[in-house]
Amino acid sequence: MSGGVDSAVAAARAVDAGHEVVGVHLALSRAGGTLRAGSRGCCTVEDALDARRAADRLGIPFYVWDFSERFRDDVVADFISEYQAGRTPNPCMRCNEKIKFAALLERALELGFDAVCTGHYATLVDGEQGRELHRASDAAKDQSYVLGVLTAEQLAHTYFPLGATPSKALVRAEAEQRGLTVAQKPDSHDICFIPDGDTRGWLAERVGAEQGEILDRSGAVIGTHEGAHAFTVGQRRGLQLGVPASDGKPRFVLEVRPVSNTVVVGPKEALATAEISGERFTWAGRAPQADAFDCDVQIRAHADPVPARAVIAGGVVTVRPHEPFEGVAPGQTAVLYDGTRVLGQFTIDRTVSAVPAPV
Amino acid sequence: MNVYLDHAATTPLRPEARDAWLQASETVGNPSSIHGGGQAARRVLEDARERLAAVLGCDPIEVVFTSGGTESVNLAIKGLWWARPAGTDAIALPDGEHHATLDTVAWLHTHEHAAVRAVALSPTGRIDEAAFAAELPGAALATALVANNEVGTLNDAPALAAAAAAAGVPLHLDAVGAFGHVPVDFGRWRAAADGATGLCALSVSGHKVGGPVGIGALVVSRHANPTALLHGGGQQRALRSGTQDAAGAAAFAAAAERAVAERESEAVRLATLRDRLVAGVRALVPDAVLLGDPEHRLPGNAHLLFPGVSGETLLFLLDQRGIAVSTGSACQAGVPEPSHVVMALGRSEDDARSVLRLSLGRTTVDADVDAFLAALPEAHARAAASGARARERS
Repeated sequence: MSGGVDSAVAAARAVDAGHEVVGVHLALSRAGGTLRAGSRGCCTVEDALDARRAADRLGIPFYVWDFSERFRDDVVADFISEYQAGRTPNPCMRCNEKIKFAALLERALELGFDAVCTGHYATLVDGEQGRELHRASDAAKDQSYVLGVLTAEQLAHTYFPLGATPSKALVRAEAEQRGLTVAQKPDSHDICFIPDGDTRGWLAERVGAEQGEILDRSGAVIGTHEGAHAFTVGQRRGLQLGVPASDGKPRFVLEVRPVSNTVVVGPKEALATAEISGERFTWAGRAPQADAFDCDVQIRAHADPVPARAVIAGGVVTVRPHEPFEGVAPGQTAVLYDGTRVLGQFTIDRTVSAVPAPV
Repeated sequence: MNVYLDHAATTPLRPEARDAWLQASETVGNPSSIHGGGQAARRVLEDARERLAAVLGCDPIEVVFTSGGTESVNLAIKGLWWARPAGTDAIALPDGEHHATLDTVAWLHTHEHAAVRAVALSPTGRIDEAAFAAELPGAALATALVANNEVGTLNDAPALAAAAAAAGVPLHLDAVGAFGHVPVDFGRWRAAADGATGLCALSVSGHKVGGPVGIGALVVSRHANPTALLHGGGQQRALRSGTQDAAGAAAFAAAAERAVAERESEAVRLATLRDRLVAGVRALVPDAVLLGDPEHRLPGNAHLLFPGVSGETLLFLLDQRGIAVSTGSACQAGVPEPSHVVMALGRSEDDARSVLRLSLGRTTVDADVDAFLAALPEAHARAAASGARARERS
């Protein structure tokens, strides 16, 4: 229970369903602030108190469990090292993979509980071939993408009471009607461990910022930057190139090379990506039976899924979208769908441009 | 079934304290008012002050009512610091003190440049009198627990007070966890002192002896004049301005009187229960270790180390069975910290996360001990398995 409205209502529904429910708030930072500030962060003393008061309202016991060390090692350190390697990670996904449905679930099972229930918007379907993870019925709130890392074993001990609710507004109304004080609390949508929302400033403090070169696709130096980690593929703003491109068109980040501390830029067309692949993959339930299959692929939490062909060979998943993606950064997660069902996911290690660089 | 083994955190309100509070609350008037109602309230208040002074071994004028132990400790340490003898700048501070003391001294260190002279604890948690005395010469003040609130070890308070008197240093004793459980005698402990040296102040708290939460007292020697923290109406020797809580004082005095009257028989009863509890734990969990001093300890305190097992997990599992215990240590936003007291005994941080403090009190009976011993094996086995798996993963 984060102290937000979703987990409070999820807990309420779990109680209504007759489960024996214990509220747990995760302490993910030892340096959390005291008071909540807008929509940022989720680990303040005030958020923990909001969660406690929701548990009081539901008449369930409440505890704070400290996962701050594992969060620091598995989520925050991973976030930094991924950026250092020139990739663009999704820390919420890592948190689901390593903390909420791993450290927390393991501890819960060890202490005699059956499942972890959260306020995520996704649906579980118990099909003939095992449990399946599906999109939520509210497309705007669907969180199946960030849950794409869950495996069959994790899904077997998971419960998402909000998945079938047609809209977040209904969840808020239900919280209101249940007398939960968090009914109108704003959604949190920033990276919780970067409380002021300034990801670049936060990274600069931790990975250092060293001036480097900005290159065009031919390798010519066309400017300088204050640290490659501040850039992500597809980014247009913040390049501060004094010289306009010869064709007069805006330029975008095409590639970040952390080893040489260089950033490669080019025209929007050059962002078109014909192929993505990766070796770190999991299946959400039963694995695909064929080595090659059609699916939809989603590469960001709020991107549209696009039709694609996936091929599994030699321990590598390769996906070719029917129409090129625009701007894919290594480190992003590609989640594969069959209709509403999540098939699985992989971390993108390599991308192949649809537009070869001019020689 | 609810089993309460956390009396050191707070102990149930005594019926005589509740009755005293309700009766006093009928009195209309501020004890500082001149009219008849004020005088009536003042009588209730001063009756309570006299009764409390009698069981603390001090004069009534030396009893300063506060909001509780933390305020008493703050008033003593900050007040004595600001009234310190010219040319002194150090505080003698044993390891393993309560956070009210530690954080107050840390604040003075940061904001007032107080030098801290640490005094190590023995492996049983006792303040070595010679080590303590060695840090006293030229110190601005010294502070010490009468009984350690976590591991329950008793210090030799008269010896500490005598050492402070001999060194000419003002001493504060924190008797919050000791009062009502072991003899506390301010006048006798101060006997050798001259002027504002030796035992100058002693902290006690209402709810630790069966009084209400929200009232405590600082005994301030008539020879000491600590600087006040609160300024206003000049009540209580101008050491603690603010409207005085006559009903709270009456309830505190009633509880303290009863606790002190019952002290010897309760000490025997609780120590017997406690020893049966400890023996039972050792029979069930052979590697469990009783921390603290085996003999010189609070009668109701059992502080147990369960090697390799998270105290927080054990607490959780026992709570699921309706058994209330503590890890003894401070919580940071609901998460127990590793116990600084256990580390002050020379134990590792892992050990400092593997302890439970069981504290017995007025309402504890044989059935509570039986219930704890009945629930322990399963909880311990589960917590141990969880801890073993966690170590495999890391």
